Amino acid sequence: MSADPLLSVRSLSVDFSAYGRRSQVLRDVWLDVPAHRHVALVGESGCGKSVTMRAIMGILSTPPARIASGQIWFDGRDLLAMRPRERENLRGTAMSMVFQDPMTSLNPVFTIGDQMGTILKYADRRLGRVRGRAGRMARVHEVLGQVRMPDPERIAQSYPIMLSGGMRHRVLIAMALLSEPRLLIADEPGTALDVTTQAQILKLLRDLVEDRGLALLMITHNLGVVRESADTVYVMYAGSVVEHAPTAELFAHPSHPYTRALIECVPKLSGDTTFRGIEGSLPDYSAPPPGCRFSPRCPLATPACGRPPVDRKVGADHGAACWQVEEASA
Amino acid sequence: MSEPLLEVVGLSKAFPLRGGLFGRITGEVKAVNDVDFKLFKGEVFGLAGESGSGKSTIARMILGLTAPSEGAILFEGRDLTLEANASVRSRAVQMVFQNPGSSLNPRRSIGQSIAVPLEARRIATVEIDRRVARLLDMVQLPADFANRYPHELSGGQKQRVAIARALAVEPKLIVLDEPTSALDVSVQAKIMELLNDLGRSLGLTYIFISHDLSLMRNFANRVGVLYLGRLVEVGPVRTLFETPAHPYTRSLLAAIPVISAAEDALKPREPVVEGEIPSPANQPAGCAFHTRCPRAFAPCAKHFPDVVRLDAEHLARCHLLAPNGSRQVATEMQTAKQESAG
Repeated sequence: MSADPLLSVRSLSVDFSAYGRRSQVLRDVWLDVPAHRHVALVGESGCGKSVTMRAIMGILSTPPARIASGQIWFDGRDLLAMRPRERENLRGTAMSMVFQDPMTSLNPVFTIGDQMGTILKYADRRLGRVRGRAGRMARVHEVLGQVRMPDPERIAQSYPIMLSGGMRHRVLIAMALLSEPRLLIADEPGTALDVTTQAQILKLLRDLVEDRGLALLMITHNLGVVRESADTVYVMYAGSVVEHAPTAELFAHPSHPYTRALIECVPKLSGDTTFRGIEGSLPDYSAPPPGCRFSPRCPLATPACGRPPVDRKVGADHGAACWQVEEASA
Repeated sequence: MSEPLLEVVGLSKAFPLRGGLFGRITGEVKAVNDVDFKLFKGEVFGLAGESGSGKSTIARMILGLTAPSEGAILFEGRDLTLEANASVRSRAVQMVFQNPGSSLNPRRSIGQSIAVPLEARRIATVEIDRRVARLLDMVQLPADFANRYPHELSGGQKQRVAIARALAVEPKLIVLDEPTSALDVSVQAKIMELLNDLGRSLGLTYIFISHDLSLMRNFANRVGVLYLGRLVEVGPVRTLFETPAHPYTRSLLAAIPVISAAEDALKPREPVVEGEIPSPANQPAGCAFHTRCPRAFAPCAKHFPDVVRLDAEHLARCHLLAPNGSRQVATEMQTAKQESAG
């Protein structure tokens, strides 16, 4: 684990301007995604996980967004310092994305094979590779096989409507794999699917990480999905990473008051859940609390929480951005 | 036991399938197929199943939004499917929909939205204002929310308004169709707590539709599991989750992502089911689940299984459980029961 991670986000801050008001949405977000690792970024709606993902992929609309500060290191180079053309060449090739909703990301009037062939054609052009139509189709069939589609040739000739929800999701993953990316970003994988199908998709992603050495960053709101599939977790609240740990460690010893409250909210299979929820709501991003953004809702808050919290080490590879947690001595 | 509040008998719904040049009816989709269940006053009956299993169609038929093809829905003995009983239905049964954003009219203030069912009953304006304020109080929203508009509210607040509107006509039965699936877990917990409290203080009966089985475990008293329009297993929530009998229920429970090792231990050890729910238009012969069932054996593809009564309240439809079938699952259940008892 001494090697540099493939993706490294450092003190990323993003503002949004709308109607003359500036909202500080991301504040000093950081995370590491090494190769061969499945990393989850988890949080509730509005916590900034999608903005983080878009900033990494370079698909944030600027304006209204503005990257105020920070670096995004990919394979040793800062994406934010690159020329737009260079960055463009990485997108969809070395780093690619699995979108959430197959119905809006697949074109209903073209076959799966046509759509994937077109994506591959442009990816090849960007990489300066030459491959004929037959070569492209061979590659399309190959990746459809990699996502465990039963009959790749037939699937390639199908239109999206002819496939089930789970199969469309596999197609989206196959599309992202076309140019042999090293980093895959998956937005809420399988959350729109039924539990049995979702389990199949999560298993496929896990196998891709293990067998192909992919670095996978998964964005999700579902803690169960995180526990069942990720190696490392980053918990976000109101635009900051509030806790990070290896998955088993996070669920065994959640430290940040927000993480603990969130885990409490998840209904338990044992049937003894007390529905308590978390009082209050997310802060107004245009006038956030000066210190810890969770402090207005936090049962443990003290005046010390008026200062921005720093990441405190609470265990091996485990940190929480909270003034109230006991720092590990080691 | 007392008389049921609601009794669903042999309920079926077939949608016509059109094809060809002139849109002739070429077949039918059996969305709901011969479903029976009873509901007692004050209980929460959960309907679980994957998309396409028919749970929302059952809800729509109870609400009178879709006419059943066959069967009866008896509410306190009166058949709600008869046009003559439409007024009974609209007063006794209400629904809370999945998406609070689209179930509220954006041009109406919250107060106006809640007042619609009251106006329909020709209640005096002064009285309406008083009742709206009381309903907002019941769902723990400040009285001044009556003058706000849906876009000013958060998802959780909108769902509270939807609940207030459902309560306006003082119904006895409320159908909750995935009431929290669009909300974050921290908000979901608050809404479930509210529904729990209201159910108890007003003596409401709920039909709770959800794909989230962990949530169902914590909210329902009895659960029915649907697969391709048929009830495959019904039982008290604890029995169903601790000793699931039908292989489909077992696979569903095994696939739930959970957040602790203690919960992992509660899941049945069943392999991940292959494939997906088949199209209702093209249902497998015999037991509809046999194409994906890890335990399917010869009779499953040929014969439709009978309902097997496992104990007073626990029913399942599976050949493996039949007295003359392989007793594999039944034996495993027995061992699990003994273990949990011991």
